[in-house]
Amino acid sequence: MRIKLEKRQEPSKLMQVVTPIASVLLTMVVGVVVFDLLGIDGQRAVIDIFLTPLLASYKWQDVAVKAAPLIIIALGLSIGNRANVWNIGAEGQYIIGALCASGVGIAAGTAGGPIIIITMILAGMLGGSAWASVPAALRTRFGVNEILSSLMLTYVALQVLSYLVGGPWKDPNGRNFPATAPLQPDQTLPILFSGTTVHLGVAIAVVLPFVFWLLMSRSVFGYQIRVVGSAPNAARHGGFDGNQTVWLAMLIGGGMAGLAGALEFAGSLKAINLGFPSGYGFTAIIVSFLGRLHPIGCLIAGIVLAVTYVGGQVAQTTVHIPNATAGIFQAMMLFFILASDIFVRYRVRFIPSAKAVVQPAPGE
Amino acid sequence: MESSIAPRLQLTGITKRFPGVLANDNVSFSVRPGEIHALLGENGAGKSTLVKMIYGIMQPDAGEIRWNGQPLSVSNPKAARKLGIGMVFQHFSLFEAMTVLENIALGMDAKIHARDLEARIREVMEQYGLKLDPHRTVSTLSVGERQRIEIVRALLLNPKLLIMDEPTSVLTPQEVEQLFVVLRQLAAEGCSILYISHKLHEIKALCDTATILRGGKLVDTCDPKVETSRSMAEKMIGAGLKEITKPAGRSLGQEKLVVNRLSIPGAGPFGIALKDINFTVRGGEIFGIAGVAGNGQNALLLALSGEVLSGDAEAISIDGAPVGQLQAKSRRLKGLASVPEERNGHAAVPEFSLADNTILTARDRLGMVSAGLIKAGAAKTYAGEVITAFAVKALGPGATAGSLSGGNLQKYIMGREILQKPAVLVVSQPTWGVDAGAAAAIHQAIVDLAAAGSAVVVISQDLDELLSLCDTLAVINEGRLSRPMQVAGADIEEIGLLMGGIHGEAPTTPTAELELAHAH
Repeated sequence: MRIKLEKRQEPSKLMQVVTPIASVLLTMVVGVVVFDLLGIDGQRAVIDIFLTPLLASYKWQDVAVKAAPLIIIALGLSIGNRANVWNIGAEGQYIIGALCASGVGIAAGTAGGPIIIITMILAGMLGGSAWASVPAALRTRFGVNEILSSLMLTYVALQVLSYLVGGPWKDPNGRNFPATAPLQPDQTLPILFSGTTVHLGVAIAVVLPFVFWLLMSRSVFGYQIRVVGSAPNAARHGGFDGNQTVWLAMLIGGGMAGLAGALEFAGSLKAINLGFPSGYGFTAIIVSFLGRLHPIGCLIAGIVLAVTYVGGQVAQTTVHIPNATAGIFQAMMLFFILASDIFVRYRVRFIPSAKAVVQPAPGE
Repeated sequence: MESSIAPRLQLTGITKRFPGVLANDNVSFSVRPGEIHALLGENGAGKSTLVKMIYGIMQPDAGEIRWNGQPLSVSNPKAARKLGIGMVFQHFSLFEAMTVLENIALGMDAKIHARDLEARIREVMEQYGLKLDPHRTVSTLSVGERQRIEIVRALLLNPKLLIMDEPTSVLTPQEVEQLFVVLRQLAAEGCSILYISHKLHEIKALCDTATILRGGKLVDTCDPKVETSRSMAEKMIGAGLKEITKPAGRSLGQEKLVVNRLSIPGAGPFGIALKDINFTVRGGEIFGIAGVAGNGQNALLLALSGEVLSGDAEAISIDGAPVGQLQAKSRRLKGLASVPEERNGHAAVPEFSLADNTILTARDRLGMVSAGLIKAGAAKTYAGEVITAFAVKALGPGATAGSLSGGNLQKYIMGREILQKPAVLVVSQPTWGVDAGAAAAIHQAIVDLAAAGSAVVVISQDLDELLSLCDTLAVINEGRLSRPMQVAGADIEEIGLLMGGIHGEAPTTPTAELELAHAH
């Protein structure tokens, strides 16, 4: 009996849907087994991480607020990933976006209202794009790999953040803690449902996937991204400029990460301290792949990953496992989704073992 | 004789099924010791599948293979080689940066010391008159020389059966002659040869028997020396061949495409640079560019299509307007369409539907875009027009390009460009890997486009194709283009020598080649 991988004539549409779901289920199964082997109640841990946040209605607002930045960042990253432009530095672009929004807030002083809020959001997007333009320029001008440069710039962004919150932007009334002053009430994003923490950013995260869907499926820009990603030579033949595509992908990826940072700042945290970077920029890479680079997929995958964040906190109190456990589950999901990707393009065939050579030629 | 000695190879009722396709359907034939046996058929007729089963890459679903009279099941190529079955593939598996000797050593099943191996290689080469320096780096060798490595590799195993898959598709006429000398000598020594080809005159010249396959079934086993090329072609296609009809008394129009001192540096360490290329194509003219693969054809296509820009705007002009520094998109709007040789991934996106593939090159000329949005309906309609006009076998505009057979996809791509009515069409290898029926349709479409007043450039390795299609012909060798010559009255020997590069052919062979040339 042999197992053989056979290339499919066309990528399987069914598998494109099945593999992300199977990856989540496999992660849960493996999680149960591994935690049981470690002497922890694995079943309980997995239930708390994956199901409790969905079943307990009071957790829904947490899930929504955490899903919003993940979805928005993942939408931007998916554009790049489709065009084979690998922006790993969304975390840095997210930080810079939040800092730019914060800068607008500080400059506005006590002024508030929609104009200030919109300016903050735009500043966040521009800041994220500007941060992403560095790897884009390096790649298109000098052929520098954008994976490395965008990742390294994340650490530069962290330094910028700690300099600003510990120095020029430190809250004068903050008892010397390294943090900015909180936003004025009329500088923060409106809350959608009173009594909850669900802010305008959540609505944006729900609407944007549909905008991106339209963009990717109907516009020449979306066509360009798809062609460059699946057949770069055909793209050149069709007259699409490779460098221009790198620029667009990086600017959109950075802009979306910056937007997420600004919304998170103006909607949830309202001040920036050293704890602001939460790894959303990295987790969004998982969201992007779990969502199969499809805008609606990103919406669903963003919710799944947000559930694990919230569930990780639940499991912390119920089965006393560290919060980092959620990270392990997220990484497992990425591992399984990348590994199972092969089933989209190949099918598995079981072949009965061939008979042995019966008769070697005489005189050999 | 045939009855007294068991056949070297006998196939009985071989059947192989792939999902949705019956690749081989009850195929039976036999090969005698020392026989040169042709396996003839269109693309997709099942030739490759059949030899893959003989060489142990695949297993038949039904039927029996007998080797010297004994039933046989070859589980893998290594077992096949052990039995004395050698194969020279159409696409070589060689490491460009390594020497001939290193490449052969890597492919050996048994470990032999480099010095002994070199001695054996020299012995085999001397025996068969193959000229090759074992210490040359592969990247410096011509395609013909690279093929010699593969042949030597197979001969080192003292094969009793040698399978040659389309061996002459990349050779000059002189190299083909040299190859035939080797194959005839091998056969005289008792080695059977299974020769896969679609070049009928070669089969007539070389083979003792021809087995013709069509749609996976055996059509006929015949003596090619008795058959005519036409009768074999008709068996292969299963219908009468359509002749290309050129309208009589054509007069050429104005100069449409002018290439003037076009030079482009080579891309990468193995890239070919274009050196000072000049030619002019007039409306109604079909201009052929012959040459052995890897002599700058690809670079020339990219330079003409605008995928690689020239430093000099005047180097290329369309209808008198300099376009040397315009991108592919802008050149298309000026009326230049192009079809590169690689269908999947260059001329078309395999994962995209046929409708989406029209957007790739027709979006601006045919107004498929407004305000940045794609008019999906327009793309679908145009794809449908191309499918109908060029008789493309496809499920419809929604079928992915990758699901089409090579010939059908090529018809589709040619149709996509031709129906845009370009002023200039540049095509590379228009019928490579395309079955004879589709090839005839493509040739006719090219002729019709020229008759309607367009200038056409055809880059091809198939000299027969160029001679039957073109008005004017030039040869590309090492990035240089020869002077154009009229096809009517062209000297085949001269073209062959130009293809081999009379100035710069490998230092080990020029005497042999010149002798051969003079012998004719």
